[in-house]
Amino acid sequence: MNTIDPDGVDIVVPLYRAAHGRTGDKGDRSNISVIAWHADLWPLLVEQITPEAVATQFRHRAPSRVQRFVMPTLQAMNFVLDAVLDGGVNDARNLDTHGKSLSFLLLDMPLRVPAALRHRLVGPDAG
Amino acid sequence: MTDPAPSTVTAPSLLIGCAAGFSGDRTDVAAAVVDTLIARLGPIAPATGSDPTAPPALPRAFLIFETLAERTLALAQLRRRADPEAGYEPLLDLMLRPVLARCLAHGIGIVSNFGAANPRAAARHILRLARELDLPAPRIAVLEGDDLSAPGFRDLLRERIGATLDDLRIVSANAYIGAEPIAAALRAGAQIVVCGRVADPSLTVGPAMAHFGWAADDWEKLGRATMAGHLLECGAQVCGGYFADPGFKDVPGLDQVGFPIAEIDAEGRCTIGKSEGTGGFVNEATVKEQLLYEVHDPAAYLTPDVVADIAEASVSVVGADRVALAGVRGHARPTHYKVNVCHEGGWLAEGEISYAGARAEGRARLAADVLRERLPALDLRVDLIGAVSILADDTGRMLAATPDAGVRDVRLRVAATHHDRAVAETLGREVTALYTCGPAGGGGVRCSLTPRLNTISCLVPRDAVPVGFEMIREAA
Repeated sequence: MNTIDPDGVDIVVPLYRAAHGRTGDKGDRSNISVIAWHADLWPLLVEQITPEAVATQFRHRAPSRVQRFVMPTLQAMNFVLDAVLDGGVNDARNLDTHGKSLSFLLLDMPLRVPAALRHRLVGPDAG
Repeated sequence: MTDPAPSTVTAPSLLIGCAAGFSGDRTDVAAAVVDTLIARLGPIAPATGSDPTAPPALPRAFLIFETLAERTLALAQLRRRADPEAGYEPLLDLMLRPVLARCLAHGIGIVSNFGAANPRAAARHILRLARELDLPAPRIAVLEGDDLSAPGFRDLLRERIGATLDDLRIVSANAYIGAEPIAAALRAGAQIVVCGRVADPSLTVGPAMAHFGWAADDWEKLGRATMAGHLLECGAQVCGGYFADPGFKDVPGLDQVGFPIAEIDAEGRCTIGKSEGTGGFVNEATVKEQLLYEVHDPAAYLTPDVVADIAEASVSVVGADRVALAGVRGHARPTHYKVNVCHEGGWLAEGEISYAGARAEGRARLAADVLRERLPALDLRVDLIGAVSILADDTGRMLAATPDAGVRDVRLRVAATHHDRAVAETLGREVTALYTCGPAGGGGVRCSLTPRLNTISCLVPRDAVPVGFEMIREAA
């Protein structure tokens, strides 16, 4: 997924190389944190991982609402996705009724990163 | 906004360790938490005089076990229906037996929601355990008021939920009650507080209120202690549990991952550490993930005790496996309790069959098509485990958008719900029939049929839910 832009300035990497996170659930609502691995990467997350982009990534779950809460002091964002758990832990037919795996769907989103920040990314380049 | 400067005369800080983050957590982890608490507490001061009329001292530190998730209590209520002495945490004995004697000897209080649907029976079990271990009977308080399943609360619930309630077969109805009755029980001398449904952070806030003498409307302190409790309440999740991702987030010693210990000061600020001699770690990343776990609006984390606010919180490493949390605020608590009502929800039927080798995914997809044709009365969820499963949706949008990738090891899973058991049962029969009537090479059929529990949430005014505690002295 790592591709060099034609102008050689940006690379595109999966979000999990720039951020980490965890999913929580209450009822039919999922919350997913996106936490910058490094301060230099934080502005990229705020700029690119928008509620609209997240709603697109989760379109098959048809969220009724996606809210984003930005916490600069933690360099973290909290995404709250309504009605994405097929009814929640007691109603869904999914094996993962809590939606605990969903952070990995969000962290698969593509992120454009200036090549100069490549050294701030975690994991191997092929990751 | 800044935290208050440390005052020159401060009450000693309070240590609270957590040894369970859910019902079913590891039962061999409490010993290391208690060992660490004892090492940090130091020896017990010898009793000066032995005035039998003196009020018992508050515990010097606390051990909490958080064992109730959203559906745990309904399952416990079903067990209590079958056996009036059941309905509390099934692992209670395994959790407490290794540490009860040392906790009592060293003045470590125990606070837990392991009472579930039957706190009194849990208290009786602990008294039996103490006798069996030749310990003096501990002073146990049982929290009351969360259980709203009695007929007397039916009108209250109907008023809040509406007429739909009349058609439901209620299994459990519990208010998330708060820290005040826990603190009151501790002030009255309880060594062990057995709760049913309390808000998870209240297991920490209650001991802190009692220890520091905080008022129930000291919102800033309650807000800070609530987030300390929030960091503790999922056990290992703040110590490197539920964190590891090889090559990206490596965690040493995950098989022996430690459990957390919070050091809370008189202002409610906390430093999170973990049990000594264990695996895992506590760092900024583990604390941030847990801080935001199950949070919605960070400026308004609602509990029965306070509206906690982490919008401007920050974390910093202050030592090896020690992270300080700062910048937490608190606002006036909600006027209502949250109530979860669990009711019978028909049947969940599930069936699985595996395909492997060449064109396995194609054969699994064909089997799913056969099941859809054969089971028109059921709304089937289809998973192709190994290709597309748990990230997908019940309606099948992701599956439909995912072309056959030629996966060579696929387990087909289908699931459906129905109010009529006989209809639900047809799913298992059709999956089993794939042995001889379906695509080639299917094997390993497993089917199950389980009663479902559904949940409705509502809010009820606090004054409609009388809460309190009762001391349980001796086993009957």
